Amino acid sequence: MSRFSAENLTLAREIVSRYPRPKSAVIPLLHLAQEQEGWISEEAMREIAELVGVTPAEVRGTGTFYEMFHFEPIGRYLLNICGTMSCALMGAGELMHAAEEELGVRAGGTTDDGLITLHGAECQAACTEAPCLQVNYRYRFRVTPDGVRQLIADLRSGALSDEIPPHGTLATVRQHIPSDRAVGAVDPDVDTAPPAWIPVTVEGASS
Amino acid sequence: MTVETYPWAPGFVAGDRPRIVTSRFEHEDSHTLERYMATGGYEGLRAALAKPAAEVHEQVRGSTLLGRGGAGFPAGVKWGLTPEGVYPRYLVVNGDESEPGTYKDRLLMERDPHQLIEGCLIACYAAGLSRCFLYIRGEMALAQERVATALNEAYAAGLVGRDILGSGFGVDIVLHWGAGAYVVGEETALIESLEGNRGMPRLKPPFFPAAIGLYGKPTIVNNVETLSNLPFIAANGAEAYTAIGTETSPGTRMVAVSGHVRRPGVYEIVNGTTTFRDLLYGEEFCGGIRDGNELKAFVPGGGSAPWFLPDQLDLPFEGRQVGAAGSMLGSGAIMVMDSTTDIPAAALTLTRFYAHESCGKCVPCREGGTWLMRVLERVVAGEGTTDDLDLLLEVGQSICPGDMPHASSEALGLEATPFPYKMTTICFVGPSAYVPVHSALTLFRSEFEERVAPSRSRTRIPVVAVGGGQ
Repeated sequence: MSRFSAENLTLAREIVSRYPRPKSAVIPLLHLAQEQEGWISEEAMREIAELVGVTPAEVRGTGTFYEMFHFEPIGRYLLNICGTMSCALMGAGELMHAAEEELGVRAGGTTDDGLITLHGAECQAACTEAPCLQVNYRYRFRVTPDGVRQLIADLRSGALSDEIPPHGTLATVRQHIPSDRAVGAVDPDVDTAPPAWIPVTVEGASS
Repeated sequence: MTVETYPWAPGFVAGDRPRIVTSRFEHEDSHTLERYMATGGYEGLRAALAKPAAEVHEQVRGSTLLGRGGAGFPAGVKWGLTPEGVYPRYLVVNGDESEPGTYKDRLLMERDPHQLIEGCLIACYAAGLSRCFLYIRGEMALAQERVATALNEAYAAGLVGRDILGSGFGVDIVLHWGAGAYVVGEETALIESLEGNRGMPRLKPPFFPAAIGLYGKPTIVNNVETLSNLPFIAANGAEAYTAIGTETSPGTRMVAVSGHVRRPGVYEIVNGTTTFRDLLYGEEFCGGIRDGNELKAFVPGGGSAPWFLPDQLDLPFEGRQVGAAGSMLGSGAIMVMDSTTDIPAAALTLTRFYAHESCGKCVPCREGGTWLMRVLERVVAGEGTTDDLDLLLEVGQSICPGDMPHASSEALGLEATPFPYKMTTICFVGPSAYVPVHSALTLFRSEFEERVAPSRSRTRIPVVAVGGGQ
């Protein structure tokens, strides 16, 4: 649909520069594209391919392996309901039924207004707080069927629009490595000397 | 006896026992540099930098710190497996926690990111690792945010990057997010993912990441909890660490107990001595089974671990003894099933997980996991036959040939078969799809038999294995 904004293009170049091999930046840049558009378009993949020096097919090849990347538009809110063991034992099935009924879509579907996409998810690492769910990867713990209905009502009314950014945004704080503090990414085939703090003369010091 | 919980650390339960990695959780602002510095932060790094790197490595070796990712390999020994004189070497931090039942790395990253950063720096210094990549699971937005903030603070304070604390030691820590793939928790898959590829495990042996890892260079992959122990060890010495726990399992361990207990929670326990009975029934831990129900079974070490029965309650949380009893400690997660549990359906939730998460590289896992799932779905739905139960074991045997580990049962007259199993796949995803099926069928066969009809005239119902989970 569209290419990186000027600001994101600068950020993308900064991200690429952190890795000794540019292809390592494919996943971070797919995240960046998804943050900008909410999903990942063909054009975004072409641009990422240019930035890291691989083919668009390689970018797609990597991207399609990972569950979090979406290659067609989805809802503004992605509602992921966990269904793995601990959540299942504590009633995740009822949550999913309540959500499906309330939204009028089955797991995997998006509401007609394009607001909410419902997914069954695998373990979200909050098993003691079961059953749990995530909205755009923001947790809700020990959720009841009524809690799901309320959550959906709040998403619809916009009550949570400040708390939960649109789909695609993960952390709202980014790492920035100040150039005067950075050691820098060096080609691993060029710089093969031991690091400065490892004494080369001491036998076995680093082994 | 005291039990404390903190609204800013949902799930974590503190008690009256030694705390190494969760010592700051009681502070609401434990994630800030200010609080970290006020509570002994970066003292371990200072102590380490005052010594030659080899001495710090020796100290960690002497602490017998065991890896907390699942395999339980000693960290100091792992660092020593890098080939001598080959550089650069990398540190890859495995924060891709996604084993069913497990979460402790997420809490450690959200609540004490500086402790993790300090641990990374100590590891890099000791093992001569010149660049660190901190890989956090994609779904953990808050952990990413906390670690990013902490890294920005640490860079600004001269604690990460060039010439740290004026010592001449310098290393960058690069924050990297995953994008949703359980298998990437396997260390070679993690490296593939970090290189920008599909997260499929590499064939090993012959080459382990310590020899040929990221970009083909020696690479140490350590778990978040493992690294979070290093500041304590560097600041207080190996003896202070081994004074807690047992000789084979020193220190403490984070354990998440979930499912049908009164007080599910993440507990930092003394390693090696705390028993499963303590954990499930102790008032300072879970306080018993919910609603006064009976315990039916529990998974002792994350979704990949063979199941235990009440017979195993008095075993300590210690790797060797749990292994001999037929299971593993894995990533430190216990999932508890009470007497109301539908066992075949519970097994299905795990088998579905592993079938869904298969990367597709090894045929027995790609086809077998899905096949197991589909047959089990049929059985749970009441549409299976007795033949299906044999079929489950037959498909499982193609993933894990030979004896499968399982627990002993007095009621069933079963002796334990010790861990581990043999496997026809590169990594543990495939076997993990079979483990719950095997455990459930071995320990609760009658529940399956009640669900299925006698075999029909046709001996086998054809199963077409298609697609992934969902």
